[in-house]
Amino acid sequence: MTAPTSMFSAALVVPAMRGAVEKLDPRALIRNPVMFVTACIALLLTALLAIDEPGLSLGFQIQLVLWLWLTVIFGTFAEALAEGRGRAQAASLRATQAELKAKLMLGVGDTYEIVPASQVEKGEIVLVETGDLIPADGEVIAGVASVNEAAITGESAPVIREAGGDRSAVTAGTRVLSDGIKVRVTAEPGQGFLDRMIALVEGAERRKTPNEIALTILLVGLTIIFLIAVATIPGFTAYAGGAVPVALLAALLITLIPTTIAALLSAIGIAGMDRLVRFNVLARSGRAVEAAGDVDVLLLDKTGTITIGDRQASEFRPLAGVDAGALADAALLSSLADETPEGRSIVALARERYAVRAAALPAGSKVIPFTAQTRLSGVVVAGVTIRKGAVDSVLRAHPAAGTGPATAELRKITEEIARSGGTPLAVVRDGRLLGAIHLKDVVKAGIRERFGELRNMGIRTVMITGDNPLTAAAIAAEAGVDDFLAQATPEDKLALIRREQGEGRLVAMCGDGTNDAPALAQADVGVAMNTGTQAAREAGNMVDLDSDPTKLIEIVGLGKQLLMTRGALTTFSVANDVAKYFAIIPAIFVAIYPQLGVLNVMGLSSPQSAVLSAIMFNALIIPALVPLALGGVRYRPMAASPLLARNLSVFGLGGLVAPFAGIKLIDLAVSGLHLA
Amino acid sequence: MTASGWALILLFIAILAALAKPIGLWLFALYEGRPTPLHRFLGPVERGFYRLAGIDPTEEQGWRRYALHMLLFNLALLLFTYAVLRLQGVLPGNPRGFDAIGADGAFNAAISFTTNTNWQWYAGEATMSNLSQMLGLTIHNFLSAATGIAVAFALFRGFARRETNALGNFWADVTRVTLYLLLPICIVYALFLIANGVPQTLSSSVDATTLEGARQTIALGPVASQEAIKLLGTNGGGFFNANSAHPFENPTALTNFVEMLSILAIGVGLTWCFGKAVGDTRQGWAILTAMGVLFLAGAAIAYWQEAAGNPLLHQLGVAGGNMEGKEVRFGIAASALFAVVTTAASCGAVNAMHDSFTALGGLIPLFNMQLGEVIVGGVGAGIYGFLLFAILAVFVAGLMVGRTPEYVGKKIEAREVKLAVLAIAVLPLVILGFTALANVLPAGLAGPLNKGPHGFSEILYAFTSSAGNNGSAFAGLSAGTPFYNRLTGIAMWLGRFFVIVPVLAIAGSLAAKRHTPATSGSFPTTGGLWIGLLIGIILILGGLTFLPSLALGPVADHLAMIDGRLF
Repeated sequence: MTAPTSMFSAALVVPAMRGAVEKLDPRALIRNPVMFVTACIALLLTALLAIDEPGLSLGFQIQLVLWLWLTVIFGTFAEALAEGRGRAQAASLRATQAELKAKLMLGVGDTYEIVPASQVEKGEIVLVETGDLIPADGEVIAGVASVNEAAITGESAPVIREAGGDRSAVTAGTRVLSDGIKVRVTAEPGQGFLDRMIALVEGAERRKTPNEIALTILLVGLTIIFLIAVATIPGFTAYAGGAVPVALLAALLITLIPTTIAALLSAIGIAGMDRLVRFNVLARSGRAVEAAGDVDVLLLDKTGTITIGDRQASEFRPLAGVDAGALADAALLSSLADETPEGRSIVALARERYAVRAAALPAGSKVIPFTAQTRLSGVVVAGVTIRKGAVDSVLRAHPAAGTGPATAELRKITEEIARSGGTPLAVVRDGRLLGAIHLKDVVKAGIRERFGELRNMGIRTVMITGDNPLTAAAIAAEAGVDDFLAQATPEDKLALIRREQGEGRLVAMCGDGTNDAPALAQADVGVAMNTGTQAAREAGNMVDLDSDPTKLIEIVGLGKQLLMTRGALTTFSVANDVAKYFAIIPAIFVAIYPQLGVLNVMGLSSPQSAVLSAIMFNALIIPALVPLALGGVRYRPMAASPLLARNLSVFGLGGLVAPFAGIKLIDLAVSGLHLA
Repeated sequence: MTASGWALILLFIAILAALAKPIGLWLFALYEGRPTPLHRFLGPVERGFYRLAGIDPTEEQGWRRYALHMLLFNLALLLFTYAVLRLQGVLPGNPRGFDAIGADGAFNAAISFTTNTNWQWYAGEATMSNLSQMLGLTIHNFLSAATGIAVAFALFRGFARRETNALGNFWADVTRVTLYLLLPICIVYALFLIANGVPQTLSSSVDATTLEGARQTIALGPVASQEAIKLLGTNGGGFFNANSAHPFENPTALTNFVEMLSILAIGVGLTWCFGKAVGDTRQGWAILTAMGVLFLAGAAIAYWQEAAGNPLLHQLGVAGGNMEGKEVRFGIAASALFAVVTTAASCGAVNAMHDSFTALGGLIPLFNMQLGEVIVGGVGAGIYGFLLFAILAVFVAGLMVGRTPEYVGKKIEAREVKLAVLAIAVLPLVILGFTALANVLPAGLAGPLNKGPHGFSEILYAFTSSAGNNGSAFAGLSAGTPFYNRLTGIAMWLGRFFVIVPVLAIAGSLAAKRHTPATSGSFPTTGGLWIGLLIGIILILGGLTFLPSLALGPVADHLAMIDGRLF
């Protein structure tokens, strides 16, 4: 993704201005009822300019009309600006899409024909060779390739995609750097990942989320209530033997109805999605983003999220009568050819802590590779066979060694290691047990504090791991998660999610494998890793392009920030009404009852100036709040009570007080410039 | 203002708060349908009613059915009362031989009592026969109160129950509330009033010879029995025109104090019952505290204004507070407090003439009603009205903690917001709309006795009182005209049932939802922040709409007085 440009750069503001005017189309405007009412009132007053209303100067009326139109335009501008940020990204994606060509397999040998990618149907097979762009989303059915997915993820380091397993999904628009693969297309034309992404960043698919709908209903309701309040005033003043000009009543109405939040509502939603996109997470719907804010339980995979991906050897535990150096020596030899991070850590430990010197396997050594059947690896050096592996596997492979006191001792060591959160590997030399290597899971720095924050926010964390319960419990305690699910199968995960949901909680998880798909689909927020299978990507309601499971925590934060921004601006908007009443009520009634002048607590210079200042404040507050609406209110993880106290004092009390000061200042300017 | 005046107000609040839990416990038993000690005696009566009417009290009703039965029940009672009043002239129990009530008058009175308003365009002792009073009107005092409590119970069940559409059984709720709550208390209460001098007789009047030797006819009747339910059920319709200012309705300072307590007793009990029903009594206390703050503020302002009196009279050498329209037996503090109590609830009983209050002293009762009578409020109506504001408060501010708004474990979504807004919009629409109408129509303008802003207040008060189902009169308005009878009648109907039906719909929608357990990330709906927020939302959403009307009425009136002009 391109780096975010400044919110108010000319490249964004100029198109947004054009967009703001285009959005004045009544058919578009009616989607936002409050702004539609504002536009109707502005239109009415524009028409009334022709009729000279008594008591009001034409200059005043023209200014009033102008500010009413500006109120509407500021609202459409905010929305256009929010959309504009996605549009630039969409344009580059679309350019990529347009040039895609497919090598469509004809089913006879390796023959193919080149067709535009848009003509490839779901289920067809395409060939992708070195240098080609992958024409459509699909599943690798043959071959291995390194693929550059920078077009989607912005990450230029190539990734491996291969047939079978959990790394088989490929995405249209990404480039094969080496080798060739055959891909079975899994998306209908126009419905692939790239299409969805374009629609998403453009906001074309944007539908109001449930929460936005509810808020819109409230805003419409408030508009109706204030319409009643204003429309009945002529009756009251008729009783008192006076009349209030229509233009002033219109001004009162517009300041009372919640124009501020209504103008910014859709911009907040678009900006929230946009923040997620720039965070390299694609949500299928705004609903999913809102659900993220509501999450009560996070299911986190241990590996990669809670612990750093690779276990490290931390200790050699020889059996009684075995020299520690001998064990270290054997462990080292058996691991020299083992290029896994675990193997390398064993070599490093042996060298550093036990000063074993061997740098390479002696000539003539034979490496015994790890197989799924034996689950052991090792080496034959000068006729001596050394093997290492999971304790059970070693004991199974060496039944002779599996008896007697040595076994009992090994089991004891094994249990100690497991209890401390480690994984034991047994080492055996020529059928004799030497001892165990302690592989330690390394909990990520700072993760404990993160979980503490989550707990404060009322979110429970559950660690999912394939480890045995003993190891899992130890790591869970070290990492500070609330709960864990050990030896977890996909069915266990699904059952856990269902149980939590049954108790009324919302669950978020991430996953990548095909067997994660049911759980991803069941979870309220399911974040699929982009490296995962197509099935997983289809099942989740979000896709993380960086494939970083830790992000789940940030996604929750973004969801909360979106909801908070909406609530904060609603509260601010509603609280504003108090000051506006105090500005306009004395201004419009003072002609009828002069004594009502004492309600002019702000000491506004004249009735006309008071009305104009209030309507100007009402309009200008919209662009003033655009940065907040697009950037979101500052979010820090904390419990609801202090969060509410903070936001309520800033946006509630602030909303009460700010307009008093703002209207007064504008009034000083208006009267100073002799505008009214 | 005096120390004893303040002591009265604070003592009143303290005793009321102490009543919340015992009454709440009793209500909770009825809410749950659990037996009370009274079931031993009254259980057979209850079951007899069900058998007679062919009702299965355990049959659960969804919100539509509950609402339909509630509406049919009230409509039938309405028609019955209308018939009784129209046929008064030919029915028995009419010792003084009153004529039948006119069509618009009967329409108004029948709606008035059905809707728990008890707005009275007539003077009871000079218009209604004993039969009309007892059969036509008093019956509603019980059943309209029971209807309100039943609706509150249904809403409580909506919050408390999970993934169901069952809201209880309307008939069972109404029967239980009447039989185990209203009737027993009223019997004891009426005896207390009789002991303190309130008459209870079927003879309609006695003749007395005054000190000057003139003969005076003193109206009597079954006063104590009507008085008890008038207050306990927040009905407010007095036996006499002077209502609780009349010595036969409210003879002593003690009866005055007890009458005020009884107006709010069930209301405070319902707040506790709500907390218990949703499994957290702190929720109920939080609501009651918010109500208490608003109540104390209103009482303080009213007392302060009444005690301050009229500066113009002070200039003429008349010292002291405003005693116009007040009973000397009660004085300023007890009268101001009574006015605040009766309008905090939707009672409408009065022990002083609100029209004679100072402008700002009279503004408080007006404003209390315009807020929707949610400060404790009418029996049932107060708590369900308050919960509408709670729903909106949660919705407006709840997002600020970064979650979809929830209240006592139920998510507040589009449907609840829509219905709550609908219910809350009824009051401004009816009050402001009808006042504006009366302000421009000659028939409406003929009503107020005073000119200027004070006359405007009289019209505003009439529609506020009727739409809010309060029933208190500002007086000073000739309300017994066909115009006002019809318009206030419609206002009462809209103000009652156009709120209740959305409330029941909300109950249905909430009951169907699953329960979200509270965590430290949930929006806190107990504690000071929430209480402050609730008060803010009630004042802004409930009160601001009426600001223009208040400015043109009592506020202009008050400011004119300072300038030396009275209306």
